[in-house]
Amino acid sequence: MPPFVGPEVAWFALSPLLVLSGGGLLLLVVGALTGRWPRGLYAAVTATVAGTAAVLAAIQWSRIADDGPSTLVAGALSYDAFAQFLTITILISVILVVLLTDEDLHESDADGPEVYGLYLMAATGGIIMAAANDLIVLFLGLEALSLALYVLAASARQRSDSQESGLKYFVLGGFSSAFFLYGIALIYGGTGSTNIGRIVASLQSSVTTGGDNALVLAGIALLLVGLGFKVAAVPFHVWTPDVYQGAPTPVTAFMASVGKAAAFAAIVRVLVVALPFYREDWRPAIWLLAVLSLVVGSALAVVQTNVKRMLAYSSISHAGFLLVAIEAAGHRAGEADPGSGVVALVIYLLAYSVLVIGTFAVVTVVGRNASGDVTLDAFKGLSTRRPALALALTVFLFAQAGVPFTSGFVAKFGVIQAAVEERSYAIAIIAMVAAVIAAFLYLRIMVSVWLSGESSDVDGEPDQTLRIPIGAGLAIAAAAAFTLVVGVMPGWLISTAEAVTTYAR
Amino acid sequence: MLAVNFLILAAVLFSIGVFGVIARRNAVMVLMSVELVLNSVMLNLVAFSQITDSIDGQLFALFVIAIAAAEVGVGLAMVLMVYRNRRSIALDELSEMKG
Repeated sequence: MPPFVGPEVAWFALSPLLVLSGGGLLLLVVGALTGRWPRGLYAAVTATVAGTAAVLAAIQWSRIADDGPSTLVAGALSYDAFAQFLTITILISVILVVLLTDEDLHESDADGPEVYGLYLMAATGGIIMAAANDLIVLFLGLEALSLALYVLAASARQRSDSQESGLKYFVLGGFSSAFFLYGIALIYGGTGSTNIGRIVASLQSSVTTGGDNALVLAGIALLLVGLGFKVAAVPFHVWTPDVYQGAPTPVTAFMASVGKAAAFAAIVRVLVVALPFYREDWRPAIWLLAVLSLVVGSALAVVQTNVKRMLAYSSISHAGFLLVAIEAAGHRAGEADPGSGVVALVIYLLAYSVLVIGTFAVVTVVGRNASGDVTLDAFKGLSTRRPALALALTVFLFAQAGVPFTSGFVAKFGVIQAAVEERSYAIAIIAMVAAVIAAFLYLRIMVSVWLSGESSDVDGEPDQTLRIPIGAGLAIAAAAAFTLVVGVMPGWLISTAEAVTTYAR
Repeated sequence: MLAVNFLILAAVLFSIGVFGVIARRNAVMVLMSVELVLNSVMLNLVAFSQITDSIDGQLFALFVIAIAAAEVGVGLAMVLMVYRNRRSIALDELSEMKG
């Protein structure tokens, strides 16, 4: 028997992950051993850790551009532009969410390192999912992300709706992870390996010799159930409104940005990178999930009165758009010219992450003053009370609706273009109709903000002035600036993102 | 082949687990059913490891054991938290939010 030889580890290539997980652990341990730190220090440390990791990821990006993609740690992780792009997307989201969280925790007298440590751990899991080149590693990343998210959803321990959202998310999430795992086991049985590179090689030889593999097909079906749950695609979406409503608002923003980005990265790794030979089998399923998510998400969003629930349904409809991009990528997955589906997907993920955090940031600020109440009424007369905030919210809602000169338009246009290029006309038309229905929902919020008078208190007391905390204000300003800059000058982002379709496996 | 019997056993376990999650209203029973599904996956992995003659499956089973333990830890903590607040762990009574 040959002696065990450990794999070669390229430490510098792993540095974004190491900084994040190390920073998270250090924050938890040191935070537990010391007393309460001064206000804002936890958030500052977390943002610094995430920022450092983002800079390191940008360095990796330029190294990959020079040397080409490769795999790390004996083929466990891929070292390619797709992974680094998603890493940067996730880290930008972490920084923005951390800025919101400080005030929210301070308000409920719950300052502490736990939430920040969990953010960093969840981000580490998300990045591992985006970079996974082995189904075992993908599953470990998924669980690191999910377990942190379950706890985060329940992190407002004294509020019973937060507890409820945490337990609901946990039960359904654990169930879907089990489906996902069964799917991995079946694919392993069908191909003899969990490594994506070896799966592709094994399928290449078996598919060209003819015959479908029943184990792999069943595995794909189960994987789609698990992944569909994680991205909140209809019909696996039932948890979304409850969890989004009950979780603390900054955590909701985190789920909608980091959670979605990581889950879609996993879909790309599993379907587009690992199973291109089965694209004719999984593409119709993705088509159906996309259409259902678009229609059901948009239609149900319109009838809600709670703003967080509205945004939950709107995130389902956004998931539908992202699935349209996957469907487009499915037409030419694995070919030398992969089409623009995945490029449109990563641009959409970055744009959506930033603007959804911006939207939830405004909801955090407004919701706090209305004592946690985030019904549509809480937004009444915001334009007279806080014109700047109202303006920022308008930018975010226009972007979510896909109005030109915002990043949302660039993102939606890219997806529709990718679908039309692949002659998926039906799904492109359905997506556009769904966007119109969803626009009605954003208009409803805007009518509350701009056209309704001052919200009338029962006692006739004047509205207490709406205070915008520094952190939240910074996050809102940065997100609004990004949304507009990308909307007006999208060229640099699109040309950067075009590098992501060369995968390492 | 003998290993196929293990796959059938795993499928049966999986079905029992799924039934448990859907039919039970007690949160702890649901948690146990999820564990049953994870166990069926482990059985599958080890059986496939025998069939395909590769070590990956057994390695993966070890990871799944660790993850399952972490999941139970988080899950029971959450159930305890809800029980302290409501004196009940029936999942169908968790319906504060609707719409």
